[in-house]
Amino acid sequence: MKPPASRRTGHSRRAQYTQFGGYVLAAIGALLGAVLLAVSLWRPSSFNGLRGAAAEVTRPVGAASSVTRTSSLSLIENIRGYLRAGRQNDVLKREVEIARIRLAETDAVRQENARLKALLGLADREVRPIAVTRLIGSSASSARRFGYVGAGAHQGVTAGMPVRSPRGVVGRVFEVGPNSSRVLLLTDSESVLPVRRSTDNVVAFAEGRGDGRLRIRLVNLGINPLRVGDVFVTSGAGGFYRPGIAVAVLVEKAADGGIARLVADPASADFVSIEPVWQPVAAVAAQTPSTQPIDAAELAASPAAAETTE
Amino acid sequence: MQRRAWATRRINRDHSPVLALAVPVVSILAASVLSTLSVATAAPLLPPFGFVLLIAWRLQRPGLLAAWAGFPLGLFDDLVSGQPFGSAMLLWSLAMIALEALETRFPWRTFVQDWLIAGALLLSYIAAAALLSGASVGVPGLIALIPQTLLTIASYPLLARLVAWLDRLRLSRVRRIG
Repeated sequence: MKPPASRRTGHSRRAQYTQFGGYVLAAIGALLGAVLLAVSLWRPSSFNGLRGAAAEVTRPVGAASSVTRTSSLSLIENIRGYLRAGRQNDVLKREVEIARIRLAETDAVRQENARLKALLGLADREVRPIAVTRLIGSSASSARRFGYVGAGAHQGVTAGMPVRSPRGVVGRVFEVGPNSSRVLLLTDSESVLPVRRSTDNVVAFAEGRGDGRLRIRLVNLGINPLRVGDVFVTSGAGGFYRPGIAVAVLVEKAADGGIARLVADPASADFVSIEPVWQPVAAVAAQTPSTQPIDAAELAASPAAAETTE
Repeated sequence: MQRRAWATRRINRDHSPVLALAVPVVSILAASVLSTLSVATAAPLLPPFGFVLLIAWRLQRPGLLAAWAGFPLGLFDDLVSGQPFGSAMLLWSLAMIALEALETRFPWRTFVQDWLIAGALLLSYIAAAALLSGASVGVPGLIALIPQTLLTIASYPLLARLVAWLDRLRLSRVRRIG
């Protein structure tokens, strides 16, 4: 469409000033945006309050759309199930998949148990989730990978808590609002998670690549013992995640580790549970320089509030 | 086909100034929220709907959105998009200024030219947003952006039709005069 004739302002001072003022405002807006961007890149937590408030407002819509999303997804799956070999087949397939993950996890737990018993004979505690909630959205159009969940400070969530789905680790709480929080997904390029192979003690770091897969970097370099299909579970190092939760399956080998696919794809995660930080003392200790004593007050205040990824 | 009453009654009716302004603004804000709600993906996939709609409105209805509209609309997008605060404010403002400059040069365009302009803008927007996102974008990260970019550029004609429909809705004669 041709621009309206009002673009040519003629002799009207008022029209000329309005148009020129518009350009000036646009330039000021761009400048202001650049300044705010620089501030938020320099100190990523600067505008958390504002974003938290926005997330609160969009939360009900997110919850509703999450219900329709998951039910429409399962509808498609059901139709697919009928087309192939009936719905039962579909359900069984999912069960077998879960069972396979569980089996790998059990292997890891058994091995962990043996190790712990050998050390101290520590009894494993049952972990009660802080909150069970829906994954109400994600930054699906941004290069950063964040998810939004419908539980926040009112439910007792604090930054740093692990978020998991029935299948495995989804991410870690990054920012907390009153009733919603932002989760750093595992695939974000700033996310690093200590893992080990489920069958033995090969330890590695799982780093997000930003393309939906994880990069496994072995801690001990040399001969790469990994094989395609290896399952990685959390190792418990760093104190945030309790050990033995499924994380990823190796799909490609590389010189220093490999590339792995997520076990708990956030796209298929319906409900997620937010678990307490596994070892608050270890989490604080990991972030305190060795020259500095660990302060009891600091520990009590916010054990894992500091973000390690920044 | 039976048409709706608000579309058929033309005598004694005028468009509502509230609707005329609110429809573009609300549609862009809603589109910003939409990209965060629809799916939780492991890799960036969805088009930045808010930005696509902003460009579609700007290209199809020059003079409707002021040159500075990129700032407030970008502010809202920053609140929900997960990008660092300020990224959309900067990029949306720059896009509005670029379109303003482009329009003085090429006032008459066909749809294909509009699509080309939008494609170039969307491509540079996605690349710039990824670079400014604070994520360390490596080669795999950039490759992961390709499907999103293609989907975004392919979605432009569809969203442009949506904007055209919204434009009719915006100027529908709903207000009774006299």
